[in-house]
Parts: sequence; structure tokens; C-alpha cells
Amino acid sequence: MTTIESRPETATKAPPGAKRRRRVHPVIVIALGAVLVVALTYVLPPFRNYQLATVGAYFCVTAGLTVLTGLNGQLSLGHGALMATGAYTLALAQNRWESLPLSFALAVLVTTGVGAVIGLAAARLRGPYLAGLTLAVAIVVPSVTSTFDETFNSDQGLSVFLEPPPEQYPMEQWQAWLCWAAALVVVLLLALLVRGRFGRDLRAVRDDETAAKLAGINIARTQVLAFVVSAACAGVAGALFAYLAQSVSPGAFPLTLSLFLLMAIVIGGLGSLFGALWGALLLVVLPALSQSVGEQTGSQRLEGNLALIVFGVVLVVVMLAAPGGLASIPSRISRLIRRNR
Amino acid sequence: MSEFIYLTFDGLSRGLVYAAFALALVLIWRAARIVNFAQGAMAVSAVYVAYSVTNATGSYWLGFAAALLAGLALGVTVERVVMRFVDHSSPLNGVVVALGLVLILQGVLGIVYGNEFLPFSTPFSRDAFEVGGVAMLSRYDLFVIAAVGSVVIALTLLFTRTAIGLRMRAAAFAPDVSRLLGVSVGGMLTLGWALAAAVGSLAGILVVPTELGVHPTAMDVVFVSAFAAAVVGGLDSPIGAVVGGLIVGVLLSYVSGYIDVTVAPMAVLALLVVVLLGRPGGLFSSSKARVA
Amino acid sequence: MKRMATAALSVVLLATAGCTNDGGGGSGSGGSANVPGVTDTEIVVGTHMPLTGPAAGGYSKIAPATKAYFDYVNANGGVHGRKITYKIKDDGYNPANTQTVVRELVLQDKVFAVLNGLGTPTHTGVLDFLKTNRVPDLFVASGSRSWNQADKYPGTFGFNPDYTVEGKILGTYIKENLAGKKTCFLGQDDDFGRDSLEGVQKVLGPVAAKESYVTSNPNVGPQMGALKAAGCEVVVLATVPGFTALSIGTAAKIAFKPQFVVSNVGADPTTVGKALGAGAPLLEGVVATNYLPLNTDDANPWIQLFKKINAEHNGNAEFDNNIVYGMSVGYLFVQALQAAGKDVTRDKLLEAVTKNGFQGPGLIPLRFSATDHSGYGGAQLTKVEGGKAVFFGTPYTTDDAEGPVTAYQGQAVTPPQNGVPAA
Repeated sequence: MTTIESRPETATKAPPGAKRRRRVHPVIVIALGAVLVVALTYVLPPFRNYQLATVGAYFCVTAGLTVLTGLNGQLSLGHGALMATGAYTLALAQNRWESLPLSFALAVLVTTGVGAVIGLAAARLRGPYLAGLTLAVAIVVPSVTSTFDETFNSDQGLSVFLEPPPEQYPMEQWQAWLCWAAALVVVLLLALLVRGRFGRDLRAVRDDETAAKLAGINIARTQVLAFVVSAACAGVAGALFAYLAQSVSPGAFPLTLSLFLLMAIVIGGLGSLFGALWGALLLVVLPALSQSVGEQTGSQRLEGNLALIVFGVVLVVVMLAAPGGLASIPSRISRLIRRNR
Repeated sequence: MSEFIYLTFDGLSRGLVYAAFALALVLIWRAARIVNFAQGAMAVSAVYVAYSVTNATGSYWLGFAAALLAGLALGVTVERVVMRFVDHSSPLNGVVVALGLVLILQGVLGIVYGNEFLPFSTPFSRDAFEVGGVAMLSRYDLFVIAAVGSVVIALTLLFTRTAIGLRMRAAAFAPDVSRLLGVSVGGMLTLGWALAAAVGSLAGILVVPTELGVHPTAMDVVFVSAFAAAVVGGLDSPIGAVVGGLIVGVLLSYVSGYIDVTVAPMAVLALLVVVLLGRPGGLFSSSKARVA
Repeated sequence: MKRMATAALSVVLLATAGCTNDGGGGSGSGGSANVPGVTDTEIVVGTHMPLTGPAAGGYSKIAPATKAYFDYVNANGGVHGRKITYKIKDDGYNPANTQTVVRELVLQDKVFAVLNGLGTPTHTGVLDFLKTNRVPDLFVASGSRSWNQADKYPGTFGFNPDYTVEGKILGTYIKENLAGKKTCFLGQDDDFGRDSLEGVQKVLGPVAAKESYVTSNPNVGPQMGALKAAGCEVVVLATVPGFTALSIGTAAKIAFKPQFVVSNVGADPTTVGKALGAGAPLLEGVVATNYLPLNTDDANPWIQLFKKINAEHNGNAEFDNNIVYGMSVGYLFVQALQAAGKDVTRDKLLEAVTKNGFQGPGLIPLRFSATDHSGYGGAQLTKVEGGKAVFFGTPYTTDDAEGPVTAYQGQAVTPPQNGVPAA
């Protein structure tokens, strides 16, 4: 995952020296990450472990989305709906067959299928037209669940049958392990995928479709594939959400979720998997922090709304001051230092 | 038959609001190549201004005027303070900044006014006239038609008949040439934002009293429908926005009336898929869609 | 290597977040036998409520009212010398947020019990979590029958009369007073609407037409149009306040004037009237139910007490039935705490609730027993007259099955002199 040269400007503006940096193989980074997470789950109190698990679940979807939007240039406002697809599939399969691995597999499979359908339509569309279509996808979730309420039980949603974890492990620790196992596998696969030919194709299509076509890249196929890969990641995340919440309902996948996901990867740094990690972290930490601030001031109106303002201000400031996102800040700093030397 | 007539009129009246809102989106898109996702939140802010003014003075019309002025002011502020400094190398940047503005505006409104639906009444009765036992339009519907109609006519005149309108169009389509010819491109951009925000505020103040009331998120659903309308019509075409708005309004009304309200968002999605797969740049796109 | 630094940094950030509000967490010791959330001087309880988002209207006033009542009790010496701290968490009516905030309450803030968590879809998701952690889950703010599962969720108790009970009482009113009229139904598309319809139909048989709505779509024009087309003369509404207003307003718009009969959940005339704005007179004659004293009944000693507390501890918020509700919940919880005794534990609290015998503002008794965990067992009918709801007839009680709807003859009680239930 260290290998991804992410943002457009690094490709063009970065000093030549930066590119020759030695790359660490993704497997090593992921292994280190796994050790770190396991260590953390033993140190953190239960509630922090639950938050850690949530970060892992978010990481799956932000990583997939950053590949689609950052590396391939396709804007999706509908990833919340894809997560809902994964979540509902998991719930329905789990309540029927009571086998978690099977349910997970089905959730990913079904979401991938839905992603392929949307991707086929998306490949024909550009810019705001794609945004419009995916936005409509995002708001269709409550509509589907109430139209087919015999299956999806409308606004109230479904509860998810779950076996308790093995006795010796606390619930929250178990949840963190599961979510991060999934997240690290997803991210490893993505990192391996984008460092190869596929990643090159993605970027080529994003930067200049005509040039990419001349280079023999099948544009539509690349775009659809990007959407499918990204949808599969969203499916994993959705399934994890259902698992964590032990329930699914349209209220858990509102339009704001889709928008927040997009904002998270932009703040983190588009196209960078580390940026996706930052984004996932912020999605959990920012609301929690501003809620505790709101609580301390004792104003009820501040409580929920402060989080919105903080998120909004961070977003605008990052966009205006550091369009490469948080992930670009270390390299910006080091570039400054190098220049001063 | 009576239900059909009622649904048609209801859909047209609502479609006009979508049309006005879509028009606001198109104005900004043409001027700045930004889809203004903050349009809904900006409109709600203006409606809250109207709410405060109306409550303080007891006059709906003072509130109405205040909302339009607030819209203008908000448009200028957003353009001058934020949007002007957005890096336009990627179309995504403008979208994301606008989303950030949505959060800030909704958060501030929530803190100032609370997250409750505040009632906002209409200046005219919403009881529909009956013609031969068939409910048709209400006085309020007529007011909506008149308001949106005059805005459309005024904008058409502005852009086709006045020097300032011509300059705005020139600045949007060929900024560099315009600048050489002495047009203040930045000023025109600001003016475009101000106008668009005022039109959006008009749509807001027209639609909010017909729903649950003023709420920081009251325009979210309207935004989605209006955006769909603008996309269906083609983001570069003001006529497309009006036609798209009417199509979406009537479609939603028929679907809700004859099938089920819950199906409505699916109908919007289906409409978008059908239109965009046929014409990826919308119904009224002038240039052929880019085929890569 | 820089990437590594980024990773390390993110870990640090997470760890810092972990430490920032850890302060209050570990202080649960020193109390009787180390009960979570209980010290010699304090009892910490928590709740989840929609303070923001589309469902916040009206309901956001409940928890602050409960807190105000606790503050009043604290100012009068507390319960067995302990002050009650009420932690209110906003979940925005989003079940995913409910998961997070309830975990925060239980795992981080170490609350003694969760009180009056609001909403069917939101609270359903945390039942298992609360059960696993053996946290008392008292007086859930919703009339779903899910809270009444004594075998499966021994720690969960309801508060509201369940929607079927209420539906049967509304049905009985229609049967006795509006016999022969064409009765129709509009309900929320979830347990609320379904259970309520079931109750109505248990008494009346199948309704002439039924429609539903979802909260995400604020347009009931088509539904009201269909009910008008069906020639309905009575419309039962199982709606939340915003949609009650919308339904009545929309009906007036298309010149459809049936007799509206509304579920208690969506009937508070203050909230609905506010939402109707200039259309508030449309509420005249609307029939609904309630099981607590009405906010406008100034002669009622409970209302006098609650108004006083509202002025002293709740910043004199507009006094509506949500505040009456919130304070009644607070009163009942203090009663339960008093009954659980000085050496309170979670088991003792549940024992006290199961033993029941509580007498408070409610017009009918609570049904709590070893086998029944539902809340109030009935309600009394109200009618809007001159902009205010007033009671008429007698309170009714019934069950959620085939039991008859019977008049309840018990006497209302008055609050204790100092407004705090005795031990």
C-alpha cells in the first residue's frame, strides 16, 4: 500500500527524487498493521475497541471508494446504498442459514453484482451526470425497503442473528479482530491490484481518456471493473456494519453516509489508501470528539450540530489549504524541509 | 379522471418549484462549472431568515423579500469567501467544498433554531378550487405559478436583452476573451452566484410551507429531485431545467398517486437511467456527449 | 518510512481519542459492592434520544424534562443520599448511531441502567447488547410489543401502552360513538402502524381502506386522496406528530373532512398545532388517547408539580405533553430506585420494577410483573376543544390479545408533598 502514487499532482509536480524512494512491499505493511491492531485491542478499553472495529469497517469502504474516485476519477455519491446492499444481504442470509462466513460471501457477491449494474451505466456518464445518477441510487434505499416491506421490513429494518463470540474473548475485542481482518485483507488486495497493470490503466483513464484509448486500454471495461472492485469493498463494509449493529435499517444508510464517505476520502487524500485510513479514522473520531465537547458545554443544541460544523470546516479548510488531503501533509512537510536544506 | 386532473395539477405546481431550483443549479453550473450541492442548505438558510422576519413583523411579504435578499447576500458571500479559492483542476473539489458548506450551514442553523420543524404558513389558502366537483388548483398554486413564471421570464430577458446579461454569458463561455474586452469576469461570476442563490431561495420559500415546515434539512429531498430535473434537462440548458422540473414533478405525482409514494425515489432513478443512457448529457444537451 | 510515520501517527491519534474522555469511566468503585454507575453519592443513568434529525421534533424535549425532574430530586436530597446523573446521548434516530452511543454509555460511562431509550428501530438493535451486559433497560419510549418479552429480555421493560392496546381502545370509541361510519386507517409503515391497525381491527373488523407512509417522504397527498376517494368518514391515524399535522392539513386542502382519531404518540395538540401553524383550528374535535395528565389541566396536582419543576430546573421550556411524559418517566424511575433500597444493585432494581405497585401520575396502573414487561395497560380518550385536549369518559384497560376493553375504576393519586416519591 505504500506503493500507490496517488494524487495527480504527485505524478506531475513531485521532484524526481521522490519517485525513486524505496518501496516497501504491501504485505509487510499489512502484516505490521495486523500486529499493531491486535496489540491495540489488548490495550484499549472495550468501547474503544468497538470504535476501532467501526474504523475497520469504514476503512473497507473508504479504501474501495478512493480507488474508484481518486485513481479512476469516477465520482460516486451512492456508496451508502451499496453498503446497504451488503448489510441487508448479510441480514437476510444470516437469519436464514445462520452461517456467518456464508453470509459474508453472499453479501460481497450480491453487492458486486449490483455494483456491476451501476458501473455499466456509470461508464457512459461523466462528471455531474454521474453524480446525479449515483445520488439517485443513494436515496433509493428507504424506497426499496418500504416498497418490498415483506422482505426488508420497511423503516424498521431487520435484526441480525449472531452467535456470541468464543467465551474467552470479550465481544468488542472479537468485533475489532473481525473487522480489521476483513479491512486488512481488502486493503492488501486493493494495494496489490493497483500497483500492477490495472492501477496503471485506472490512472491513465482518469488523466486522459483519449490518450488511454490510443494506448490500447479498453476505457469502458476499466471503468466498470473499477466500479465492481469498489462495490465489492462497500459490500464488505456493509456486511461488517450489519454485524456490528446486529441490525439493519434504512436509517443506518442515509444520504449523508454516502456524502460523508466521499468527504472522508477527500480529507484523507484522494487516491491514497493511507488517506482512506485517515478518512475512516476521522469518520469515527470527529463526531465522538465534538459530541464530548458539546456535552461539556451542556448545550443540547450544540451536541449533534457541532460535529457537523467541525466536519464542514475541516473539509473546506483542507480543500482550500491542502487539496491533497491529510495524507499529503507529511510529504509536503518533508518537501519543505528538503527544499530548505 | 378527477384524480388524474388533481394529480396533474399537483405535479405541475410542485414541478415548477423543482424547475426554479434546477434553474438555480444550471445558472451556477454555466457560470462556474460547479454543481452547487450547497444550494439546498443556502435556500433553507434564506427561509429561516424569512421565518425570523415574518415572526418579528407579522408580515409574510417582508419575510419573502428578506429571503430573496438573504439569498443574494449568501450567494455573494459563498462565491467571494469560499468558492473563488477552490482549486478547479478537478471537478470534484467544488462538489466537496459545497458539501462542506452544507454541513456548516445545517450545523449553524441547528444551533440557532434547533432541530425541530418550525411551522411556516402560506400567504394564500391551499384549499383547491373545485370545478364540477374536481379539485384543481389552490390560490397558493397560482401564486407559485406566477412567482416561478415571472422569474423565468425575467431571467430570459436578462440574458437575451440586457448588456449585463450578455456580459455574464460571455464571461462564462469565454472568460479570457471577455477579460480582454474589459468585462469584469470575477464580478460577473459573483453576480451569477447571487442570482442563482436568490432563485434557489425563492424555490425554498415556495416549497417549505407545503411540507413539514422549516428544518435545517428541509430542502434535502427537494435538492435531489431538482438535481435530477437539471440532469434530465441537461445542466447547460435553462429551458432543460424548467422542462426537467415539470417532468420530475408530474412523474412523482403520478407514481405516488397511482402506485405508491414509496416508489417515487425509484421512479426518479428509473427516469435518470432511461434519459441518461439515451442522452448522456441530458435531454437538451447542445453538444454531443463526449465519446471516449 | 514516512508512510510508517503516518501509520504511527494515526495510532497515536486513536489512542489520544481513547484518553480524552476516559475521565469519568473508572470512578464506579466505592459504592455498594461495586455496582457499575453507583457510588455512595451518585447514580449514573443514560439514555439515547433523537436530539437532531427528522424525528427530533417534540421528542427532543423528553430527556431534558426527565433530567429536570432528577435535578429537582437531587436538590431535595437525592435518592438514599445519592444524586442522579442523567447522561443524554443523541442518536439522531439512526440505529447505527444508537449502537455507538449505547455502547459508550455502558462501556465507557459505565451507567447503572439505560432509561427511556426512544424509538422502535433504534432500540431494537441494542436489546441483545444490553442483555449481554446485564444492564437494566427500563421504560423504553415506544409502544412496540418487543419490550414485553420477559423470557428473552428479562431486563427490558416498556412504558407506553402498546400500540395494539391503544388501537383497541380507539376502536371501541368508534364502535360505540361512530357506529356505521366508514372507518379507514393511515399508519406509519412499521410496528407502530401495524400493531395499531391490528388493535383497531380486533374491535371493528377490517377497515374500509388503509394507507401507510414512511417518515422519509413528507408528502401524504396521494394517501389522503385515496382515503377521500374511498369515501372514508372516520380516519384513524397512527402517525408521529409531524405527520399528524401533515395528514390533517393535506386533507383540509382537498376538502376532505372526516373525523380524525389519533394515536397518543402523534396527538399532542401543542406539538401538532405548532406544526400546523395557521391551520391549528383544524385540530378541533380530534379524538385521541392519553394515559398521563394533560399539560393544559392546571388544576391537576401533578401538572402543578411538573410546571414548578419545569420553571426551576428546565429553563421554563414550553410546557407540552412531552415534558409531562419526561417527568413522569423520571418520577417512575425514582420510585423504582426508592423501592430497590439503599444497597441498590441491578438485580434489586429489576426486582423492584417486577414487584410493581407504583402509583404515580398515570391514569391506569402499570402492568409490570414477572411475566409482563409492557408498560401502562390502557388509556383514556381525549378530544380537542378550544385548542386544548380534554379527557372524557373513563379510562379503559385491556390487553394486546383478545381480552375485552373494560372501564378502569381506580382512583387517581396525588403527588407527595415534596414531589419526591417516598422510599
